[in-house]
Amino acid sequence: MLKKLLLGSLVGIACIQTLQAAGADDPIRTMLIMDKFEILDNDENSREWEGSFYVGYDIDKLYIYSQGAATSDGLEWSQNDLVYSRAIAPFWDIQAGVAYDKNDDASRTWGELAVAGLAPYFFETRAALLFNGEGNVGLRLEAEYEMLFTQKLILTPSFEADFYSKDDPEMRTGSGLSALEAGLRLRYEIVREFAPYIGLTWERTYGNTYDYNPVNETSLLAGIRFWF
Amino acid sequence: MQRRTFIKGIAATSLMGITATDIEAKPPRKREHNSTTLSGKEFFLDIDYTTVNITGKKAVATTINGQIPGPTLVWQEGDTITLHVTNHLKKSSSIHWHGIILPAPMDGVPGISYKGIAPGETFTYRFKVQQHGTYWYHSHSGYQEQTGMYGAIVIKPKKKEPFRYDKDYVVLLSDWSDEKPTSIYRKLKLSSDYYNFNQRTVGDFFSEVKKKGFGQAFDDRKMWNKMRMSDRDLSDVTGYTYTYLMNGNAPATQFKALFKKGEKIRLRFINGAAMSFFDVRIPGLKMTVVAADGNHIKPVSVDEFRIGVAETYDVIVQPTSARAYAIFAQSIERSGYALGSLTPSASLSAKAPKMDKPQALTMADMGMDMKKMGKQKMGGMKMGNKMKYRWSAMEAQKYPVTKLPMATGVQSTMKAMAPKYRLEDPGVGLRKNGRRVLTYADLKNRYSTRRDRKPDREIILHLTGNMERYMWSINGIKYADAQPLRFHYGERLRITFINDTMMNHPMHLHGMWSDLETGDDNHLVRKHTVIVQPGAKISYRVTVDAKGGWAYHCHLLYHMAGMFRKVVVA
Repeated sequence: MLKKLLLGSLVGIACIQTLQAAGADDPIRTMLIMDKFEILDNDENSREWEGSFYVGYDIDKLYIYSQGAATSDGLEWSQNDLVYSRAIAPFWDIQAGVAYDKNDDASRTWGELAVAGLAPYFFETRAALLFNGEGNVGLRLEAEYEMLFTQKLILTPSFEADFYSKDDPEMRTGSGLSALEAGLRLRYEIVREFAPYIGLTWERTYGNTYDYNPVNETSLLAGIRFWF
Repeated sequence: MQRRTFIKGIAATSLMGITATDIEAKPPRKREHNSTTLSGKEFFLDIDYTTVNITGKKAVATTINGQIPGPTLVWQEGDTITLHVTNHLKKSSSIHWHGIILPAPMDGVPGISYKGIAPGETFTYRFKVQQHGTYWYHSHSGYQEQTGMYGAIVIKPKKKEPFRYDKDYVVLLSDWSDEKPTSIYRKLKLSSDYYNFNQRTVGDFFSEVKKKGFGQAFDDRKMWNKMRMSDRDLSDVTGYTYTYLMNGNAPATQFKALFKKGEKIRLRFINGAAMSFFDVRIPGLKMTVVAADGNHIKPVSVDEFRIGVAETYDVIVQPTSARAYAIFAQSIERSGYALGSLTPSASLSAKAPKMDKPQALTMADMGMDMKKMGKQKMGGMKMGNKMKYRWSAMEAQKYPVTKLPMATGVQSTMKAMAPKYRLEDPGVGLRKNGRRVLTYADLKNRYSTRRDRKPDREIILHLTGNMERYMWSINGIKYADAQPLRFHYGERLRITFINDTMMNHPMHLHGMWSDLETGDDNHLVRKHTVIVQPGAKISYRVTVDAKGGWAYHCHLLYHMAGMFRKVVVA
């Protein structure tokens, strides 16, 4: 399965390279956006990030997603994805590729299939289905919404949920609902590309995940959002 | 013709001769250019880089004869004119004579009329002038138009015109940005609302809740939210980056048109902007509109008119008191304005009136049938790739319709379910503003078109787009993927546009007139550029009398690459 997916994503990457030079309406472009780049007011003063990079065209893109946390002791955890993304509907992309999770003493590589896009009522969403060599299946859901108080002062509620089919003690993830995270970030866009923010994040682990890694905390945070 | 006041920066730099290419590319020596108006039968135009200072910051413009706008060209109807255009840029360039009836190879569209003008080369245009009135010219290469390559054309008529005036001024409106056009386009692709600083806020919602109650306020938002569209999406690029110019002058430096009390002044308005629609008025004065897109219309007296990108209107005004009047052109989304003065003295300038509040788009702009809608659920409302096109059932066809390829999917986020002819609708921003606003329903050809042939057939073109991804197309197919439209030489064609987007699109057919149906078949108004309002439809007739390849496109610069067709007349 993993091999197939890897192969699939490689074919996807090759596709991008062989895409005919797009017309003037569709020049190749890149975008790097760091949605979250922040320090949490918790015991470890965690530094967390969440961002993406893409290169491509209107329809075909190559995406890298990355999120994670580090403390003064080094990397705590990170989740990274490399996917070929294709627009299939006005607001939706399907994506295929690989994911790579890492924590301080283990790592996992997954094959990945995902759907990303803008849902009705302007919810920015992404759902990723993951498969790895140990037969574990993961599901990661993300949703985000933007509320404009003014043209520059924007509140973003966000929500994330992770599920797995199997326990994986090394990765400290258990089967079933593994973790929930909800955030509320209030940013001020000095320019569109650069916005400092403050916020609040709530995180909780469940089931065996809680046994491996008990988390149930609410933290204040501050960070910057930027893109170019 | 009044000489245009130079933009200070341009004047200074062209006198010093410091341009980007002088330093870098060493082009052939240029002729001296110091005239803002050129007339005669032979013209020399030089395309070059010029350092300008429009906003207080230096920027490199692409210019014609070192000026923004390029010189006003004054032609005589009936003359055969010759224009030598030399390209001193490092890139291919071109000049297109907008609205001018001429042989296809003289039309100036790279890839269709000719190859374009290579760096260092001169292309000589030669054609007979068969019309009169107010027109303009601009580059048809890349984004050069946005960076300064446009100018006015005034064609003197053979016969006396059916109205009188004492003085005559060109009023060329445009938009300037210090940002590179490629950067603007990239930003729109990455984040299509980048320049929109009039988006809905939480406060807007709550004030609606206060007014109508939560249920109604929520319901009113429902359709927009479901479709993921904004009713505040009026203009893709705004005053956030644009400085709006009148004859090259920013509002601070003001273009001035002089008059003596009692004189009749003809103002030749041209919208040479890349992306901006303007709503024009001269507070305190009625304007008598006498021509649209160069062609005489039955005079109509108005307080205000909207001028879409690439349109022209000639108006006559008669100032009654010896004071300065503001020539005020606010952009459609009200993020800024171009300003000039109609003044008895060069030392007297007018103050800008307050800009109007921007209006939001309505359900009609979404192509919804307001009458049928009422409170009923929008069960029939299908979006995106699930859209089923069922026109024939909805339209009473008078002429045989030639079916054209049509695609659904990523290209198109919306479908106007019940598009209507909205000729009497002045458009978003001008509705019920208390002023007499020109509408297309007011445009009647000054001369009878009773003898014009009836159309032989009809084609229907849907203007389609995906604002979220910033993609534009016709019939869901972008130019790069489209087959040319085939028109038959000698036929009379009816073209109907249906706008499946939330934006106004100024559609421009090269080489042939668009005889717009405005309610009176005996006085079809002749235009070269026709605004198709959001969610609306509009029809015009074309006498296919010009062989060759022609461009047919939306004149919004950043829509053009996708919302474009080649027309082949054979």
